[in-house]
Amino acid sequence: MSKKILEVNALESEAIYIFREVVAQFERPVLLFSGGKDSITLVRLAQKAFYPAKIPFPLLHIDTGHNFPETIAFRDKLVQELGLELIIRNVQDNIDNGKVKEEKGRYASRNILQTETLLDAIEEFDFDACIGGARRDEEKARAKEHIFSVRDDFGQWDEKNQRPELFDMLNGRIELGQNVRVFPISNWTELDVWSYIEKEQIEIPSIYFAHKRKTFIRDGFIWSANDDVVYRDEYEEVIERTVRFRTVGDMSCTAAVISDAATIDKVVEEIRDASISERGARIDDSRSEAAMEKRKQQGYF
Amino acid sequence: MSYAKTKTNSTPFPLGKVGMGHLKIATAGSVDDGKSTLIGRLLYDTKSLTTDKLKAIEEKSKQRGFDYLDFSLATDGLIAEREQGITIDVAHIYFSTPAKSFIIADSPGHVEYTRNMVTGASNAQASIILVDARNGVVEQTYRHFFINNLLRIKEVIVAVNKMDLVNFSEEKFQTIKNEINYLATKSDFETQKITFIPISALNGDNVVEKSTKMSWYQGETLLHYLENIDTTQINENTKARFPVQTVIRPKTAEYHDFRAYAGKIYGGDFSVGDPILVLPSLTKSTIKNINFFDQEFDTALSGSSVSITLTDDVNVSRGDMIVKIDEIPTISKDLEATICWMDKEPLQNSQKYYLKHGVNDVQAKITQISTILKTDFSGVEENPTALTLNQIGDIQIKVSKPLFFDTYKKHKYNGAFILINPKTNNTVGVGFIK
Repeated sequence: MSKKILEVNALESEAIYIFREVVAQFERPVLLFSGGKDSITLVRLAQKAFYPAKIPFPLLHIDTGHNFPETIAFRDKLVQELGLELIIRNVQDNIDNGKVKEEKGRYASRNILQTETLLDAIEEFDFDACIGGARRDEEKARAKEHIFSVRDDFGQWDEKNQRPELFDMLNGRIELGQNVRVFPISNWTELDVWSYIEKEQIEIPSIYFAHKRKTFIRDGFIWSANDDVVYRDEYEEVIERTVRFRTVGDMSCTAAVISDAATIDKVVEEIRDASISERGARIDDSRSEAAMEKRKQQGYF
Repeated sequence: MSYAKTKTNSTPFPLGKVGMGHLKIATAGSVDDGKSTLIGRLLYDTKSLTTDKLKAIEEKSKQRGFDYLDFSLATDGLIAEREQGITIDVAHIYFSTPAKSFIIADSPGHVEYTRNMVTGASNAQASIILVDARNGVVEQTYRHFFINNLLRIKEVIVAVNKMDLVNFSEEKFQTIKNEINYLATKSDFETQKITFIPISALNGDNVVEKSTKMSWYQGETLLHYLENIDTTQINENTKARFPVQTVIRPKTAEYHDFRAYAGKIYGGDFSVGDPILVLPSLTKSTIKNINFFDQEFDTALSGSSVSITLTDDVNVSRGDMIVKIDEIPTISKDLEATICWMDKEPLQNSQKYYLKHGVNDVQAKITQISTILKTDFSGVEENPTALTLNQIGDIQIKVSKPLFFDTYKKHKYNGAFILINPKTNNTVGVGFIK
């Protein structure tokens, strides 16, 4: 019988290594779970890192109330199947108690409001490491993010004073009140994630695949027509289109793309040929050139 | 201005096949050498810039009154960087061609940011040093070259940029080549390969497309050269080391007595049945299983994160290392190292730090600062009192518990460490064991 040799997968090995460092170096880690493909990929990598033990930390979902219902249903199913602990904190609570003010009007989004709820949850549970699915290829401020990113009490990112990360040594030493944001798939590209989902046959929410949806067009973006959550002027005509989502955030800040890619292999093919970047479908990023950096300085992940 | 509207149908590399198609490159250059322009040019000519990113660059370039596309806008990610037109932190840029996938760690060329250059180079398999053809070899060039030698980067490409501003002069190019080749004679890194390419990043000469203006240059374009680097030869093949990150104990009925040691393999491979030694206890055992997720393997190679079980019930914890029984590293509480200092507060004799050697943390005391190495290859300064930010020197260290290490020359992973200031928790230095 021939020998069974494990093929090296550098990106996967790096992510698993990072997960293990988190568990070894921190007392109360948490995985920030949005229900998007990147955080679903993180869950698979965490499973691999600790198998046959269970994933040794909970998931935290900051629920804006503007999520796609398909994402929420998927989240609940995943958590149940894998026997994971899920913590949910709602942006709505902070709006109701007046801690944050909801944006109004045409471009209103709850994206920025998430930060406050996240910081509250970190304080409530005393999390010392928050694992997220951000990638450096997404956006140019993220290209400067480190794998272990130290945040202060206010969750602030001090981009000019980051710890150098040499070889794969990760320095997770922090003071009381500080926490670390951890990005295990920093070096993955969008295509790497999609190829991995295909190869590993990872289940993802149905909205990533082509489906019929009521939509309207504004500023060249295809918006979901959901009048409870997404502001729409009367003249903005609703039409049913065959679309899919390439990135999944809130309904109010994620644009759809016209597509008939209904299977994972078709999606991978489409991503490979895409002429628009992934975050090009994020309406929140097109606000200004430095939109992401500013949000990160305020504690956005 | 014209550009292709869509990306090429590039076939991406099979995921994770390092050594086949994945190259990590460190770039370095002085502030005005046009490094960001070069990277932008690589992205543009390989059609890796998507239309929304290109549109943003076009608009910004126009707004600033440039009659060309300012590609540095694609890479300078922070507000301060764009305002000052400089690069502050290491940026990571990803692009691929049908032949290979590339990760560029773009390190700033500022004097005060040498630490970033070392950081960027620490994960790179190849390095591009940019030289401005008008200015020739300057202090920064020496420094970059020195760092590439210190970190033992095997593939160094000297891109002589702005050839358009020296009338594509072969003589200018040759002078720079001779100077760097002379520097190389002072280096003890004999297997390092240095390649010289004359380019104009702004106009695209010899970056992706062959220049029509330098017929005297017979070599490859930069991209072509990068695509043809054999990454299997670059990855080190030395002794196998398995530092234990964490112990996996499911504590469930099904896996009642299960104990596996989780870690990443560096330098060589491990197979089931290999007689091994656990350090520092020097306990002998044999590899029983190599697990990856829900599967078992006979052999796992360098670079894989796996978990290992042993035939004997031995005591293994985080920071321990599993090695093959006949491949024992040096075990000692005293080490000599070349160190690059990365903190504003200088390194001083008899100061104490945390030392992180891979995943093993110990306390360390500086027992001697022997020399400061001059990064222009002009020699050393003996018996200094301190090492300041961005200085490189040889030191001696005593640690609280024995470390199991190799020299950096023999084993990159097992020969490097970082120092952490116990008061600030910052990473303040990186050491290369001699």
